[in-house]
Amino acid sequence: MASTAPLVVRASPLRRLQKELFGSRLDGLISIALLAALLAAGLGFFRWALFQAQWAVLSANSTLFAVGRYPVEQQWRLWLLTSLLALATGLSWGLLRAFPGSGAVRALWPRNDRWAASILVVLALWRPMALQLTLAIQARWWGIAALLLLARWAAGRYGPAIPQACRRLIPLFWPLLYLVGMVLISGGLGLVQVPPSEWGGLLLTVLMATFAILLCFPLGVLLALGRRSELPLLRWGSVIYIEFIRGAPLITLLFLGQNILGFLLPGGLAPDRVWRAAWVLTFFAAAYVAEAVRSGLAAVPAGQLEAARSLGLPMPLALIHVMLPQAIRVALPATVGQFITLLQDTTVLSLIGLLDLVGTARTVMANPMFLGKNAEVYLVLAILFWTCCAALGLGSRALETRLNTHSPSAPQA
Amino acid sequence: MTSRFQIPPWWRNRRYLPWLVQGAVALVIAVVVAFLLTNLLLNLTARGLLLSWSWLGQPAGFDLAETILPFDASLPYWRAMLAGLVNTLRVVIAGLVGATVLGTLIGTASFSSNGLLRRLARVYVEVIRNIPLLLQLIFWYFVVFLALPNGRDALQLPGIVLAKSGLFLGSPELVDGVWQAPLRFTVEFGALLTGLVVYTAAFIAEVVRGGIASVPKGQWEAATSLGFSPLLTLQRIVLPQALRVIVPGLNTQYISLAKNSSLAVACGFTDLYSVSETTLNQTGRAIEVMLILLGSYLVIDLVISALMNGLNGLVQLRER
Repeated sequence: MASTAPLVVRASPLRRLQKELFGSRLDGLISIALLAALLAAGLGFFRWALFQAQWAVLSANSTLFAVGRYPVEQQWRLWLLTSLLALATGLSWGLLRAFPGSGAVRALWPRNDRWAASILVVLALWRPMALQLTLAIQARWWGIAALLLLARWAAGRYGPAIPQACRRLIPLFWPLLYLVGMVLISGGLGLVQVPPSEWGGLLLTVLMATFAILLCFPLGVLLALGRRSELPLLRWGSVIYIEFIRGAPLITLLFLGQNILGFLLPGGLAPDRVWRAAWVLTFFAAAYVAEAVRSGLAAVPAGQLEAARSLGLPMPLALIHVMLPQAIRVALPATVGQFITLLQDTTVLSLIGLLDLVGTARTVMANPMFLGKNAEVYLVLAILFWTCCAALGLGSRALETRLNTHSPSAPQA
Repeated sequence: MTSRFQIPPWWRNRRYLPWLVQGAVALVIAVVVAFLLTNLLLNLTARGLLLSWSWLGQPAGFDLAETILPFDASLPYWRAMLAGLVNTLRVVIAGLVGATVLGTLIGTASFSSNGLLRRLARVYVEVIRNIPLLLQLIFWYFVVFLALPNGRDALQLPGIVLAKSGLFLGSPELVDGVWQAPLRFTVEFGALLTGLVVYTAAFIAEVVRGGIASVPKGQWEAATSLGFSPLLTLQRIVLPQALRVIVPGLNTQYISLAKNSSLAVACGFTDLYSVSETTLNQTGRAIEVMLILLGSYLVIDLVISALMNGLNGLVQLRER
């Protein structure tokens, strides 16, 4: 006898909406009150945004918000860096599309990359105009977006012709680009030095966040391993460090970095204010990443390490090849969560006098010309941070589900 | 077989290896610490700032905008630090209560039968969690609280007046265009408290939601079939079981609220951190001020942890 599927009556969307919003008398009242409040808030907001808000404060200070007081005659270096970044992104994008490969890379791969490309085009066309940038700068952004798409197309078209051995070397482009970027930003090697005190705005925020994220991860992994070590000295050292850092607010540690680091190092060795803050941020985030990684390590069955050891792998190799790959996969969502927090924490740098995005906003607000334009500026900053953090969170959740469905032990969804 | 069993060299002996590793780590730590401490001593001696606490008794010479303990510029530094600490405690305690109430409301709202309410609760959490707290504090202070009307135009409710000069409670009256009342909170305090409550509530809502979701659905159904109303089910059946999951999560959020209160300086509230900053700038006593500052936050964290552990002991399932 053929079994019949249970009969599911799918109500029409309108009926479902009615049931959800006006299921009972109380629900109806709540819905009406909420709808009225939402409508009033929405109307008020649009009236303000369209008629009262003066967005000129943003376009007038767009350079300040983007790069701070970076010398104008040296800004071509930043444009060059942005172009290189666009080129690298486009190449990686195209190559990854041509060779989805397997494992982690495939899991990372977005399903709808046509969509991603279209969104990019729309953003590139609309964003500079929305900010009312000058035509010259708008044209540069269009050029950079075009470069990215061109590189993506070229990599997809001619990528397969590149021999395998050369293709392996392409990912090395990224660390190289980071070093090149540092030289381009700070100068040296024949370029004019631009001291960190002149970096600001988005440039400083991005630089601090990427620096701290890149360095805090290996540090955090080491601390997590130390905390789970059987050697008491390593364990207690890690525990004391992690708990000390987690017990103190970030701003007090930044304050400590600014005021005490000078005493701890011999005269002249202490780094510049900006780099001090960057290191404090890194060491701060490492303690939190360590806790995330530790939870991942705890999720790996003890038998894994014992098996690896009994097969004759020395401890470091057993950790690197057996424990960490499994642990990091479990710890990934929590770790990305810490990276999101870290990105948000870069705003605290403004409280110790650095001119990151929020610090720049505070200086702009102090200018009598832009008095009372707080709402416009902070709203745009909030949207910017929200978009970045929400995108990171979304990416990490997508990655998590895919990694779970790809793992043989997890039930197939 | 040509290869013979070889005794490994002594430094690969399992008996000594752990001690060798630890010895090496201890040596590195000792050298680094000794290096830092020597520099510290040399630098401090050179500037005549060796550890001493007598400066705490000297008059502070600066005034604090808002204190519960009476304070003026002639009182010593330790009184200033104490006033800052009391201000921090005030905002932390009020924030804990406010964030718990708001967070619980929003967390339970995501189980409402009303679809709109449920989605709004999710939107709240997603919006608030992804915007930096500092930005939110600045927003509340500069955009909301400093834009309040003053004098006669202030927002007035029976017994409550909210004006740019502060929140007035208990039969406020207008005297020469200035509001006066027995109980007054400044806008700085209001902005900080609002920011902390709104931000932390989003995280507490997630903790509460997770806790309620951890209670098996059968518990709801059983209570409903016994004739419990939804509210009574939540109150008597679900929440007591959810608390076992919620309380440990709340501990983390409470501690982060206490630490986040140090961002008070962004909205001009004189908390412990901002008093310490002023004190350090005036006296140059970096080490002592940092010790007081870090020690105070550590004690606050430990007290919260201890209280929450006690609470956790109460709500956990007691087995024989």
